[in-house]
Amino acid sequence: MQRYLLSRAVQSVLLLFGVIVLVFFLVRLTGDPARLMAPREASAEDIAEIRALMGFDRPLPVQFAEFFTGAIRGDFGNSVHYRAPAMGMVLDRLPATVELALTALLFAVVVGVPLGVVGGSNPGSIWDSIARGLGLVGQTVPNFWIAMIFILVFSVNLGWFPSFGRGHWNSIVLPAVSLGLFPLGQIVRLMRSAVLEIRGEDYIRTAYSKGISDRRIYVAHVFRNAAIPLVSMLGVQFGYLLGGSIYIETIFSWPGLGRMIAESVAARDFPLVQAVAVFTSLVVVAMNLLTDVAYALIDPRIRYDK
Amino acid sequence: MTSKQPQPQPQPQPSSGPDLSPSADPLLDDTRGRVARAAAYTAKLLLRDKGGMIGLTLFLIVVFAAVFAPYIAPHHPLQQDLTRSRQPPAWHDAGSWEYPLGTDSLGRDMFSRIVYGTRVSLTVGFLGVTIAMSIGLVLGLVAGFFGGRVDNAIMGGANLFLAVPYLLIVVVVAAVVGRSLINVVLIFGITDAPLFVRITRGEVLRIRNSGYVESAVSIGAGKGRILFDHILPNLVGPLITVATFEMSAMIFYEAGLGFLGLSVPPNIPSWGNMLSAGRQYLATTPWVATYPGFAIMFTALGMNLFGDWLRDVLDPRLRRKGR
Repeated sequence: MQRYLLSRAVQSVLLLFGVIVLVFFLVRLTGDPARLMAPREASAEDIAEIRALMGFDRPLPVQFAEFFTGAIRGDFGNSVHYRAPAMGMVLDRLPATVELALTALLFAVVVGVPLGVVGGSNPGSIWDSIARGLGLVGQTVPNFWIAMIFILVFSVNLGWFPSFGRGHWNSIVLPAVSLGLFPLGQIVRLMRSAVLEIRGEDYIRTAYSKGISDRRIYVAHVFRNAAIPLVSMLGVQFGYLLGGSIYIETIFSWPGLGRMIAESVAARDFPLVQAVAVFTSLVVVAMNLLTDVAYALIDPRIRYDK
Repeated sequence: MTSKQPQPQPQPQPSSGPDLSPSADPLLDDTRGRVARAAAYTAKLLLRDKGGMIGLTLFLIVVFAAVFAPYIAPHHPLQQDLTRSRQPPAWHDAGSWEYPLGTDSLGRDMFSRIVYGTRVSLTVGFLGVTIAMSIGLVLGLVAGFFGGRVDNAIMGGANLFLAVPYLLIVVVVAAVVGRSLINVVLIFGITDAPLFVRITRGEVLRIRNSGYVESAVSIGAGKGRILFDHILPNLVGPLITVATFEMSAMIFYEAGLGFLGLSVPPNIPSWGNMLSAGRQYLATTPWVATYPGFAIMFTALGMNLFGDWLRDVLDPRLRRKGR
């Protein structure tokens, strides 16, 4: 177990190194980062000035060494637009995004798990149809579109929820539901098929033949076994939520990282883009590591010792 | 590959339905007969499954709209008429059947633009998946077949891409390389390849350890024969299933990029660009932003229903359980 944890930790560190390399080269993909960061109407002199200012005229290894040593200290330079340290801005915006992502995930789990379990336990029933329908909706309705529909229906027409901002408690409802719809669909599908499969297992039949009550079988066997794939899915979904927040936060003017990505990309503020990219990747890598550890702890069958 | 496999399915011939009996001499390995029987069997399964049929029908409608867009669209998608700016759909009092779904802020026909938008979506989806699957197939085969250091290097790279939030890479790269159809196709083709690498490699490892490959090795089959006779044919099913879902996902992501103003240039009618342009008129003239969304859902629903069916059919373990 310890060896497994250690090797996963080393893997994660290597992955983060890779992310930093990737982010460094992404901005240099077109060959001239100075032109990229310059406003569209910039003259050749302006671009040359930016090139000298940002150090793009130096050899690539020197630039990378500087970027790398900065990155591991959390220093990505100043945001071009806000003239403030990029990493500080990322951390400022972080709580809003975490709040939104966790609320969305909570919504998806609270609705998705029971529905998936009930649907999988009663195949062909009305609940099963609802579960399957919702699973399909989650996969086929774009979140940036449903967000607009929600605004139209619940903000403009009914006036129940605010259409933008983060303040009053109910301002998170529409963003969280629109963002949570995709993970909801995934969770419903997963739980439904997991329960369906587990119900057919021999140990469930054995449990029934021993006269164990329905309720106890569900708590002790069905649910516990269905929880294993759920844990690994939640880790994956977290990365999706960070990505999906780019749309949702933009639409609802939610002051988080997603909106900052969209804005800094539009403003060609690449120090900020790099800071967000490395930081969110760090969060996702850490989540995946935690998920794997949790996975190994929950499932006694998974023992990674050799 | 993607274009080859689903083709036999749209020709369900009821007369050939029951022809599932083995040929007179089962040892005569008649490949043509095998393919025909497989196609007939697939068609029979498809006819029996409501979801799969609906999915395929929806998808074929979208393909039809893309191919025959000039004949279906009542107007040119770029034809402006500012006097008819943001006219409501036909069933509103102020609407007319000349513009069935109304017009956008520049007076362009919404319906025609949605019809033409299928071209961008399908091009991105189809070419993107083809590129991603080709890269993924080659690298995944190499990684799974040779193992060792090659495997470590390839999987290291793939896992790196899979560790970064997908949408983030796509948005950043799109912002760096600029708006064009080719760029969008390449972005999706390359960034989605790691997924196919991982799936191909996993399947290769699974197949290599299977009993039938062991038997083949024990009767002296060479590496080439195992690769072409056993591994590749068994990869087709899982890869095509994933390709269906990924194509639907790419159509989503393309629309999302368009929504952020990072996909194809604004003069090309695409669903994402339409959503993006309509967003500012959401409260006053909601149809401009909402109807392109229906087109996306229509397409995604078709591909997902078809993909679900395909997965059930291509995975015999699931087929037996009758799910």
